[in-house]
Amino acid sequence: MSTLVFLEHHDGLIQKGSLGVLARALAVGGQDVAGVIVGHGVADAAASAGAYGVSNVYAVDAPEFEAPLPQPRVDALEAVVTASGATNILFAASVLSADVAAGLSARLDAGLNWDITDFEIDGGELTARRPALGDTVLVTVGWTTTPRIALVRSGAFEPVETGGSATVKDVAVTLREYSTAAQMVEQAQEQASGPSIEDADVIVAGGRGLGAPEGFKLAEELAAALGGAVAATRAVVDAGWYPYSTQVGQTGKSVSPKLYIALGISGAIQHKVGMQNSGAIVAINKDPNAPIFDFADFGIVGDLNAVAPKLAELARARRG
Amino acid sequence: MKIAVCVKQVPDATSGRKLDPTTNRLDRSGEGALNATDVNAVEEALRIKEAHGGEVVVVSFGPTKALDSLRKALAMGADRAMLVSDDAAAGSDLVATSYALAKGLEREGADLILFGQQSSDSDGAVLWAAVADRLQRPVISQVAELTVEGASVTGKRQTEFGYDIISAPLPAVVAVSDAINEPRYPSLKGIMGAKSKPAETLSLADLGADPALVGAAGSRTSVLTLAPPPAKGNQIKIEDDGTAADQLIAWLAEKKLL
Repeated sequence: MSTLVFLEHHDGLIQKGSLGVLARALAVGGQDVAGVIVGHGVADAAASAGAYGVSNVYAVDAPEFEAPLPQPRVDALEAVVTASGATNILFAASVLSADVAAGLSARLDAGLNWDITDFEIDGGELTARRPALGDTVLVTVGWTTTPRIALVRSGAFEPVETGGSATVKDVAVTLREYSTAAQMVEQAQEQASGPSIEDADVIVAGGRGLGAPEGFKLAEELAAALGGAVAATRAVVDAGWYPYSTQVGQTGKSVSPKLYIALGISGAIQHKVGMQNSGAIVAINKDPNAPIFDFADFGIVGDLNAVAPKLAELARARRG
Repeated sequence: MKIAVCVKQVPDATSGRKLDPTTNRLDRSGEGALNATDVNAVEEALRIKEAHGGEVVVVSFGPTKALDSLRKALAMGADRAMLVSDDAAAGSDLVATSYALAKGLEREGADLILFGQQSSDSDGAVLWAAVADRLQRPVISQVAELTVEGASVTGKRQTEFGYDIISAPLPAVVAVSDAINEPRYPSLKGIMGAKSKPAETLSLADLGADPALVGAAGSRTSVLTLAPPPAKGNQIKIEDDGTAADQLIAWLAEKKLL
C-alpha cells in the first residue's frame, strides 16, 4: 500500500476534511490507498470509510487512544506505516492532525509539507502544491526521501460518497512512555445551536467590529435574509459574544460555503485559514487597511450599521 | 523553574517578503522582526517566572542576525538568549530544524519549553510536536490558558470542538495560542538593560550536532517550482457612499449568489 490517509473522527464520525483528502487520494492514487483510524471502539467508524471508496482501512483500537491526544497516535501511525510499507501519509489539517503529522515526521525522519491545497500521486510518487507568503506565490513541493508526509489545508477537497465496503485490519501498538505522559483531564463537548456552519451555502460571520454581543443581531438578520448561518471569529467567541460551535479559524471550524460575508472581521491568519476556501468572500469593515480586503472578492469600506441592515432589506426584497 | 521559549526571527512584514529565485528559499536579507505570536510565548514565560521564580531563556535557530530580534524578548524581561546558528543550517526544513533546535534545548535542560502559535513566514504551526518527539517529552498545543503546579502543567487546549483540559508532568513542551495573554511592551529600562544581558551564539559543532542532519543535507522536503498564484478574479473594493449595499446586491445577483 503506497498511500495512507489518516481518518480523524469525532463522536464516531470521520471528519469531513479527512474524507475530502481520501477522495482526492483515491482519485489520483487509485486503489493503492488505505485509510488509518486510531481510537477506542472505532470498528464501525473504520468500516464506514468503505462508503467513501476505500477498500482497506487499518485500525488501531485500544482504550489508550480514547482521548484525542496526538502522541499515542504518533506511535500508532509509526506501527501502521511499518505494517503497510506506506510511502505517503496524508492528513487533513486540524489541531490534532497537525501535531500527529509533525510528531511522526520527527519519529520517522520523514519530510512534512503543510498547507497543501492540491496533490498528485504519480507511480507512487507524491508532489503537492501550497500557496505561500500570504498566497502571493504557488509553490510546488516535493520530498527527497520516503516516507512523505503531507498536511492538507482543511476544506481543500470535498468528500465523495461512492458506496462500497472496507476490510478493516487491526494493528497492535506498543506505546512509548512519554507518549502517554500527557493526559486528558476534561474533554470538550460542543454545544451546537442553530444551523451547522459546515453545511451552509451562505455564512455571515461577525468579528470585533460588531462592537458588542448585541451587534450579532446584524449578522443574524442578514443571515436570515440570505438563508444562511451565522459564524464568529475566535476573538468574539473568547469574549463570550457568540457560541464556540460557530467559531471559524485555525482552532475552530473550517468552512467553504458558496458565499462568506465577513462583518467587522480584520482577516487575521488565524481566521483566514478557516474560510479561505469559500466560493466568494465579501468583507465589510470600516478599516480600509484590514488584511481581509487583500483576499475578499468584494470589499466595502464603510459602517456596518448602515450597510448590513440595508443589505438585509434588499436581499429580502430580491428573494421574496 | 527554568523556562525555554523557542522563538524565530521572521522577515519584517512591512518591508515585504519574497523568495530568492536562485535558491527558492525565503529571502532573509532584509529587516527582521521577532515572530508576532512568539511574543505571547515570551509573555507567558515571564508570567510563570513572576509567579514561581526561575529563569527565562529564549532559544532560536537561524542566521546570526536573528540575535537582533532576540533582544526584544530580553527587553521584555527574558534573562538570556541562546541562538543556534551555522552556515550549514540554511534551508533547514521541519525535520532538520527540529533536530537542531532539540540539540540546543537538550543543552539547556529546561523544565518547560514554550512555543508560539505560528510562524508568519512559513505559516508553520507544527514545530513543537516534532521537537517534543525528539526530546521524548509530552506536548500540549493550542493552549489558551496555562497553569504550572508543582511538577506538572495543565493547559486549556482550543480545538474545533471546544476546550480540552490536558495535564502533563514536567519537563514538557507547550505551544500557546495567541489568545493566552496580552504581551507587555518593553520598557525603556528593559530595552537599555537588554543590551547587557547574556546572548550566546552556538554552532552545530558546539552542540555536538551532526551537520548531515541539518540544512539542505538534513532536509527531507524540497521546493520544485514557483508560480504565480491562481488568478483570484477581479477583486472589487469600494468605499460606501450610501450605495454600497445596492452595488453588492447587484454583484451577488450577477454571480447567482442570491
